[in-house]
Amino acid sequence: MDTHETPVITAKGLELWYGSAQALRNVDIDIPERKVTALIGPSGCGKSTFLKTLDRMNDLVPGVTIKGSVRYRGQEIYSPEVDVTWLRKQIGMVFQKPNPFPMSIYDNIAYGPRTHGIRNKAKLDEIVEKSLRGAAIWDEVKDRLRKSALSLSGGQQQRVCIARALAVEPDVLLMDEATSALDPISTSKIEELIEDLKNSYTIVIVTHNMQQATRISDKCAFFLLGELIEYGDTDQMFSVPRDRRTEDYITGRFG
Amino acid sequence: MRPEKKSAGRVAYDRVLRALLYFCALLTCALLVLLIGYIFYRGLPNVTWQLLSTQESFRNDTIGILPNILSTLLLIFGTLLLVLPLGVGAAIYLTEYARNKRVVEVIEFATETLTGIPSILYGLVGMLFFCLALGWGSSIRAGILTLVIMTLPTIVRTTQESLKTVPQSYREASLGLGSGKWHMVRTVVLPCSVDGIVTGCILSIGRIVGESAALLYTAGSAGILSRNLLQALESSGGSLTVALYMYSMERGEIEVGFAIASILMILTLLINLSAKFLGAKLKKN
Repeated sequence: MDTHETPVITAKGLELWYGSAQALRNVDIDIPERKVTALIGPSGCGKSTFLKTLDRMNDLVPGVTIKGSVRYRGQEIYSPEVDVTWLRKQIGMVFQKPNPFPMSIYDNIAYGPRTHGIRNKAKLDEIVEKSLRGAAIWDEVKDRLRKSALSLSGGQQQRVCIARALAVEPDVLLMDEATSALDPISTSKIEELIEDLKNSYTIVIVTHNMQQATRISDKCAFFLLGELIEYGDTDQMFSVPRDRRTEDYITGRFG
Repeated sequence: MRPEKKSAGRVAYDRVLRALLYFCALLTCALLVLLIGYIFYRGLPNVTWQLLSTQESFRNDTIGILPNILSTLLLIFGTLLLVLPLGVGAAIYLTEYARNKRVVEVIEFATETLTGIPSILYGLVGMLFFCLALGWGSSIRAGILTLVIMTLPTIVRTTQESLKTVPQSYREASLGLGSGKWHMVRTVVLPCSVDGIVTGCILSIGRIVGESAALLYTAGSAGILSRNLLQALESSGGSLTVALYMYSMERGEIEVGFAIASILMILTLLINLSAKFLGAKLKKN
């Protein structure tokens, strides 16, 4: 395990409660730059909750209490002076179910840049093309950019959502089970895409699919009942897990 | 195995039920068509250019309802102009911003109750407050403000219902891209709920056009042309429904009543169609 790389995101002693139910217990983790980090674990183990703490999407849930520290490039993201809109521009999110806006494909991609003040038509055109190419969907949609994004198939919609996230030029990309609602062909397209994207972005994915975790991730974190049980290189974890519970989970004994 | 045949009893049962449903639908349509047809049949021949373009003249012994048409339009647009920003704003606050769920529930219950209150109560309160306490007398502006209070719950409720149908995932997507809350509401939530807001407008227009009791109290029943908008707002003016009541019940001019009824129906149809058209346009952009 190489230890000299600088982490992009560092969580220390992170605890989270929904009302009185504790969802995260004392999580310590370093997310390395330009790698794919997979979060695995059975349903309700806290992996999606953890993902959402990284761009403060949990702020939207009423009754959430968070303790501990999450630093993004050295900046404490839960400190009061942090501008959440800035943070969410740096850390993009792709959701489980494709959620394009009911607008044209073009307007979907241009939404983020427009939000951050880009009005120039030529500049927007350029961003739209670059983002759609980046999400490997340009060739499929270039002739119908003015059509509604809802007219696309689920797999295409999800790639449009990835393109929409790329359009604001984030530093980190969070993906919450981004392929679980898709068919196998669309899934493999998005997995290939993730392989490409990790050359330019730091990626954190939540997945229920062990094969997917082994195929695309460099690092892997196993959560159970809100605790981070084991964290390390994916190859190592799937061949010689250190913890008995990790072994039980990845060999399919529970979950 | 032989496919089982439908029993004769079952076939008959199906037929009778279908016939009954068909009859219900037919009766509803027939009533509507007959009513509209009868009003137009009695009313349209009496709709003359003179009726539409003049005010009543006792010297020439002619009847004209131009002032009433203008008063009605003024009441409709004046009310919408005030109630839309107020009602839509309140609905946005209640669904998107308000944190205290209990308070929201109480307000929702209150608005729901208010939509069902007989309009004459609004008229009474409007008269006591605007006409007497503020000293405005019978005037279109008192009428407009009374109608604003009366239609506000409708606009708030329909807008709220429509905001609630916007999927949470759209909000998350927008915020996830770094939008501020108001930017998210303006660019994603509101465009998605234009339909509901238009429905609220149409329902309100229906209530305004059909209103007579509350307006008789507050806007009065005069039928005199004003020289300008300001004067019109400050003076008494009977809406078409008030004129309808006056001519048919107090003056015995039944034919004029039917003519006014025809004009009312056409006016409502035109305004509702343009509201729909405007909504479709807004949704596209």
